[in-house]
Amino acid sequence: MSDFPWLTTLGVIPLVGAAVVALLPKGATRNVRPIALAFSLLTLVVGIVAATQFKTSGDNPQFQLAETHSWIPQFGVSYAVGVDGMALSLILMSLVLVPISLLAAWNDIPEGGRRQQSYFALLLVLETFMVGVFAATDVFLFYVFFEAMLIPVYFLIGMFGGPRRQYAAVKFLLFSLFGGLIMLVAVIALYQQGPGGDHGFLVNSLTGLHMSESTERLLFVGFFIAFAIKAPMWPVHTWLPDAASEAKPAVAVLLVGVLDKVGTFGMIRFCLQLFPDASKWATPVVIILAVISIIYAAIAAIGQNDMMRLIAYTSVSHFGLIVLGIFAVTQTSVIGSQLYMVNHGITTAALFLFAGFLIMRGKSKNITDYGGWQRTTPVLAGVSLVAGLSALSLPGLNSFISEFLVLIGTFERYPVAAGISVVAVVLAALYILLMYKNIFTGPKQQLVAAPDGTLAMAGVNGQGGRPSTGVTKTLFDEPDTDIADIPAEAKVRGSAIRDLDVREKTVAGVLIAIMLFLGFFPKPALDLLKPAVRDTLQHVNVHDPAPHAGVTTEGSSK
Amino acid sequence: MHDATGVASIGWLMIGLPALGAALLLLGGKKLDKAGPYLATLLSWASFVIGLLILLQLRGKSPEDRGMHQHLFDWITTGKFNLSAGLQYDQLSLTFVMLITFVGSLITVYSLGYMEHDPDKRRFFAYLNLFVASMLLLVLADSYTLLFVGWEGVGLASYLLIGFWNWNPAYATAANKAFFLNRIGDMGMLIAMFVMFWAFGKVDFAGVNAGVEHAGKGTMLAIGLALLVAACGKSAQFPLQSWLGDAMAGPTPVSALIHAATMVTAGVYLIVRSHVIFNASEDARLAVCIVGAITLFAGAVIGCAKDDLKKALAASTMSQIGYMVLAAGLGPVGYAFAIFHLLTHGFFKAGMFLGAGSVMHGMNDQVNMRRFGGLWTVMRITWVTFGLGFLAIIGFPGLSGFWSKDKIIEAAFEGSGWKPWVFGLTALIAAGITAFYMSRMFFMTFMGKRRWTEDVHPHESPLTMTIPMMVLAIGSAFLGLILGPTGIITDWLEPVVGKHEGGEHVLGAAPLMVATFVLMVIGVAMAWRMYWRDAVPVAPPVGSPLTQAARRDLGQDDFNQAAIQRPGLHLTRALVFFDNKVVDGVGNGSAAGIGGSSARLKKMQNGFVRTYSLTMLLGVAAILGAVWVVR
Repeated sequence: MSDFPWLTTLGVIPLVGAAVVALLPKGATRNVRPIALAFSLLTLVVGIVAATQFKTSGDNPQFQLAETHSWIPQFGVSYAVGVDGMALSLILMSLVLVPISLLAAWNDIPEGGRRQQSYFALLLVLETFMVGVFAATDVFLFYVFFEAMLIPVYFLIGMFGGPRRQYAAVKFLLFSLFGGLIMLVAVIALYQQGPGGDHGFLVNSLTGLHMSESTERLLFVGFFIAFAIKAPMWPVHTWLPDAASEAKPAVAVLLVGVLDKVGTFGMIRFCLQLFPDASKWATPVVIILAVISIIYAAIAAIGQNDMMRLIAYTSVSHFGLIVLGIFAVTQTSVIGSQLYMVNHGITTAALFLFAGFLIMRGKSKNITDYGGWQRTTPVLAGVSLVAGLSALSLPGLNSFISEFLVLIGTFERYPVAAGISVVAVVLAALYILLMYKNIFTGPKQQLVAAPDGTLAMAGVNGQGGRPSTGVTKTLFDEPDTDIADIPAEAKVRGSAIRDLDVREKTVAGVLIAIMLFLGFFPKPALDLLKPAVRDTLQHVNVHDPAPHAGVTTEGSSK
Repeated sequence: MHDATGVASIGWLMIGLPALGAALLLLGGKKLDKAGPYLATLLSWASFVIGLLILLQLRGKSPEDRGMHQHLFDWITTGKFNLSAGLQYDQLSLTFVMLITFVGSLITVYSLGYMEHDPDKRRFFAYLNLFVASMLLLVLADSYTLLFVGWEGVGLASYLLIGFWNWNPAYATAANKAFFLNRIGDMGMLIAMFVMFWAFGKVDFAGVNAGVEHAGKGTMLAIGLALLVAACGKSAQFPLQSWLGDAMAGPTPVSALIHAATMVTAGVYLIVRSHVIFNASEDARLAVCIVGAITLFAGAVIGCAKDDLKKALAASTMSQIGYMVLAAGLGPVGYAFAIFHLLTHGFFKAGMFLGAGSVMHGMNDQVNMRRFGGLWTVMRITWVTFGLGFLAIIGFPGLSGFWSKDKIIEAAFEGSGWKPWVFGLTALIAAGITAFYMSRMFFMTFMGKRRWTEDVHPHESPLTMTIPMMVLAIGSAFLGLILGPTGIITDWLEPVVGKHEGGEHVLGAAPLMVATFVLMVIGVAMAWRMYWRDAVPVAPPVGSPLTQAARRDLGQDDFNQAAIQRPGLHLTRALVFFDNKVVDGVGNGSAAGIGGSSARLKKMQNGFVRTYSLTMLLGVAAILGAVWVVR
């Protein structure tokens, strides 16, 4: 079984799914969603089987499950895929997030018709590219996936987004292309430095090259700018809040939770591995930018009223922490960053999707339009709080371990940077709990959706919402068990707000279960990542500082 | 330390059972509305039973040999930072286990009556169980990181319970405030762990303690101060104290359990648990003493001016924890007494809070003491139990507070130089103030004339509520006598916190005892004159500037607002503006610039051959010119 092309299979299944979904005949369009979900679940199952083939112990090559085929030998380009622990963990995270997002996106697009087919097909295509970009072990192939991903995302935002979707989609595309094209120059220049030949673009062929100082630095900068935009770091982060706010929540999940990871993934795989000396040279600047991102974005998040933008800013702050851990280059901080990439995907997915559930009901992204919703939707309030606590790194939930490892590992080498960054734990509490307070606490509102899609207070003076026909039927098509709580006036309008249904509870339940599992038992993930970290540190050739006052022996566990 | 055997090998169930209860109650849905609270109570008592059995098991061994350690699972293994989750059963942690599970279970029973008619009571009991589990994890953890899980867990439970009635926006704000200020403390805890790992490569108690002797003074001071910041947040000590008063927004059983008896004392536990670190840094200990002294005095002053029964008790809690922190800061002479006072305080303060809840229960949830008075006639049990707590806290001879608080005052006078005088006199004078404000509270509530509003019909509370009060009152009366003069508590804790050889006192024990007693009598007498003999006005008098300041919590909120909140708000607004206009503006501006220039360049593509030929001519000229220049 070890020769089975696992990674190619993982990439092909969703692509086939996308084709099936897109080409369904008119009569069968009812099945678009189940088929899309089935294909994503199949991919997940195959992904888990593939993961069991991956060896974490023993002396393994950097990339396992590897496949290499010549593609354009004239230019040294190969179709080469393979994974280390970091790539595998990110692929698994993506494979988990896709079916969850599909399930959450169930009612995003009105049933039937081409629009729904395109939406789900594009999501599946995106999954193919996600697998590809993390699995590519050929720099050129990586670049191809890196750019190709933009296409489905551009259409997902531009066709299916909010009112300012065109602006957001173009902005996203331009920022990404700007970085991507700089990287292309660097990719070609890097090939010139390498040994050349049929497989000259393989990561392994390009690792450990001897370049002149200035060349290495220029190439590093070329790659780094692309990744910094992708990740995104201050000051090139401004495309993210717009894109996340205009995209559908499920798209925002895949965009921020998965695609942006290509940035931090690339920093480890390419910047550190291919240009170790230039990385050391650039470290002071990168660390400063990371610290600015952490604090700046957290403060910006506190000031947001659009909850999707708020979540986007929290991500910028968290990406700052990931970058900080990567460039501190200690064993502890790097593994923390790698784990953080996975955790951030789960947590951000929960934040975006639960916000999406709320926006479906409240018809507004503005936090100030809400209040007292815990009384109306207690389950939604509860799961949102858990997601929020994960975002503020409450111990016992997933993010804590990774944030803690990043900071404690960074402190070993850069105490000042870690000391400033730790302020983020207070700022995180502020942006999460203020949002929670403004949305869910306070007196209960009797909410009635008006035809124009805005919400009005019903009741007291009767000047509230007008008779509603504008509420999408799918939202409220099940009998309402809590109808007794609603005043007669609102009952007539038939638009009472309901708590989460079974589908939404499934989404929430799976995400929270993963958060708790990784919070209390991160060992499987850490075991997967450990060898990858060791490889990275070997490439960079940096050693951890020894304990400053210790007589402790390395690795002895207590 | 030995591996856990016998009952201790299932000690993790103490945490697991209430955690299970919390999960069941939260996920169980409406089906568990009726049975849930009883299940929660049962699981809480089950933890107590297990704890008691382990305590007995420990007692059966020789004192030096009592500590046991249980490895649970490999938690975080990264190659360098390696940490397993484990529990530690020693004299100190078991003392806390007893306090938490016993008082906690009693208060859970009380809540059965107090919360009977609340539609959300299932959620309430789930949170109580969550709290007990987290608090037990906090005290049983074998490393700072695992302790931190419990530490933030109790913070979460506290946040959820303060905001339990969060449809009142003020209560929701109070919950947030508690969480934010605690998070500032947590930052200290994180930094302490960072420095530990930096210095020792370890964050577990055994590893850190083993490394201390190799570390420099600066390192130990840094760790000590960072731990102190953590303790200040959790234990509502200066300057992070301002959340505790607002935390009284939570249901009263919560105030009794979390914001009086257990959680707020976690800071004291942290300092005593880290005694090896504090022993190594005299400067860190001094900082602890200063924080304790400021808080115990400020809390007592605030307590004198509050008319809200619960807020007055909260101020008192702050002050009493200040005593404990001071004792812990004194070093080996004070560790055992800090824990001793923590225990007795857990009983009498929880008892008084439950009494306050009982009063509110009978008075339509009113808390204004100026509208109480004469309640002793209608609420006999509450009156007696509260009275025992009151006598205990003011240090009435023979009762619990007398044995524990006077020991702290005595210890504060030990040593030489200015320190014993400053800390000792602060503690001594504050004891007099304590007697005054507690008597004021007791007289205004239970004695004197009735000042009730028309609509109240006070009555005694049901037995589910009064029985826990009686049990706690018995503790308030006798716990000190049992543990103090017999030396049980000091002997018991000695293997953990170390032995202290008696040192020089600047003031002897006998004159001190007299002074404390006299100050107490003066305090009670003054309160008697003002709040029992004379009529208490229903409208609060204007009062002296000090009274006014004390009513406003000595300006703590005003300070926070002026120094942090308002600048923070402006900073946030400015930054959002900067981000939208400047940072984003550069991107959008360059896009617009490119768009504009291409619009202008577009005009050159005008279709006239003459324009193109002109362009060509210019181009050729430029190339030829360039070639000529290069040559």
